[in-house]
Amino acid sequence: MAEIKVNKPGFLTTIQDMGRVGYQQFGMPVAGAMDPFSLQIANALVGNDPGEGVLEITMMGPELEFSGEALIAITGADLSPVVNETPVPMWQSFMVKTGDVLTFRGLKKGCRSYLAAAGGFQVPLIMGSKSTYLKGNLGGFEGRALKAGDILKINSGDIKLKALSGAYLPEKLRPIYGNSYTVRVILGPQDDYFTQEGIKTFLNSDYKVTNEADRMGLRLEGPKIEHKEGADIISDGIALGSIQVPGHGSPIVMMADHQTTGGYTKIATVITPDIGLMAQAKPGDTIRFVPVEIEEAHEILKEYYKVLKEGVVLPSPPPKITKPAMTYNLRINGKEYHVVVEEMWDS
Amino acid sequence: MYSEPRFLLAGDKGLNMEFGNEINEKINQKIRATTAAISQKKIPGIKELIPTYRSLLIIYEPLEISLKDLISQLKEIQEGLDSLKLPEPIVSVIPVLYGGEMGPDLDFVARHNNLSPEEVIEIHTSADYLFYMLGFTPGFTYLGGMSEKIATPRLKTPRTKIPAGSVGIAGSQTGIYPIESPGGWQLIGRTPLKLYDPLRETPVLFQAGNYIRFKAVDKEEYERIGALVQENKYTPETYPLLTKEGKN
Repeated sequence: MAEIKVNKPGFLTTIQDMGRVGYQQFGMPVAGAMDPFSLQIANALVGNDPGEGVLEITMMGPELEFSGEALIAITGADLSPVVNETPVPMWQSFMVKTGDVLTFRGLKKGCRSYLAAAGGFQVPLIMGSKSTYLKGNLGGFEGRALKAGDILKINSGDIKLKALSGAYLPEKLRPIYGNSYTVRVILGPQDDYFTQEGIKTFLNSDYKVTNEADRMGLRLEGPKIEHKEGADIISDGIALGSIQVPGHGSPIVMMADHQTTGGYTKIATVITPDIGLMAQAKPGDTIRFVPVEIEEAHEILKEYYKVLKEGVVLPSPPPKITKPAMTYNLRINGKEYHVVVEEMWDS
Repeated sequence: MYSEPRFLLAGDKGLNMEFGNEINEKINQKIRATTAAISQKKIPGIKELIPTYRSLLIIYEPLEISLKDLISQLKEIQEGLDSLKLPEPIVSVIPVLYGGEMGPDLDFVARHNNLSPEEVIEIHTSADYLFYMLGFTPGFTYLGGMSEKIATPRLKTPRTKIPAGSVGIAGSQTGIYPIESPGGWQLIGRTPLKLYDPLRETPVLFQAGNYIRFKAVDKEEYERIGALVQENKYTPETYPLLTKEGKN
């Protein structure tokens, strides 16, 4: 069984999967990967179930030392990964072996990287999930972020590792990270608490990600969004991607670790396929919200699922080995035929 | 309560079914009944149900059920709601050691309301509190039904660390801290029960829609129950709620 030794933990490195679904009625946040797109692609690249637990690496990467052979893939933010000082590709799986050291030279674009290992990491399931929920000190690796000296065990799957090495997500399907993002939203559930002017401001302004941006939510700053009357409501449920606007008029986008209920008006909700982009926005980046209708959003969602399911290109199978061909020259009814006969078998 | 629930969009996978814009027991009962009916009907594509004071947030998978179908099924459920047999609400008894180091603010609450500490305990333990919803932090209970006679504003400066099990008052609300956390509630006592345990099969001890009643215990009893809780051997006392209809 392969292992990873954490030589340096990085800024914030946690195990995340698709989160704890079904426990919000008990007040338990879902947690899970901030960028579910990058998580699911990372898993597809190494042949895991799409929702397997991976490492979520935030802004500053760890130093990881491998013992044993493992197939890994890194997706999401480009933190300039190198193995033994040689750059390794993003969005493509590759093999590592005993003694290999993976480090990250620095953030180029995006905010969060995802590292999947074929077989997944060996940590207990809590309420059906491997995700680390930091505020509750539970899940993932001992309920906390990785620290120096930790040993992460990789499950040995029955996957023929090497055969999958080189699987990649084509360039055109990779998200584009930069310093500004356009994020699609569906208005509501409390858009009727805002003035027309308030909605116009929200949809026509650039909002900057502040330093108060963590796994719970991203606080944005920009032109104040005007309410009709108050900003407080009787607490109701919060969906992933909800954009709360408290009395101060600045939006807060609720992310993976968001609380399950809240008492502030929510002007709109980020659509599922764009949650990953929000997760890659770092302090200082700007966000522009554009509205979509629900029917359109569901069409976009279909396309998104299609990329998750079919986007990854597996390495082409090894060429068939053939015996030397036999050639015959045949003459039938005066016509001459050149016939090649070859025997084929599987390697 | 609205005559018909409003359906509000909460993104591409969320539908908020809003029943009213106030906190009252009737609305909460309706939400509880709707939640139970949806669970019983096992509608495909519904991933999560999050009931709150006045609404039910439904997380669904639009590729398994269209929004249109979902709404029409939910409307159908509303029509058949009256005939639905729901389990009678139960009251769970929560033992509390009041005052002293467990409830450092009991005297303040008493002085603030011109009562003796004993009278505060008497009032706090003589009501059935409706457990409206869970939220905020895992297992945090939003209770309704506290007497205004013991209402007390929050601390001006919140404490940074409040032990799990602390029972507090904030304005006219009362509640229990499920995990150690910061907070500004006036602490009047502590329960030895573990309201929230992520490793337990049911992580949260009580269910929204039911009632709880506090019972004053002495230090000896508190410690005895605490030891049983540690060994997972304590089951809280429960009894059926005598509804107003039931009394007639």
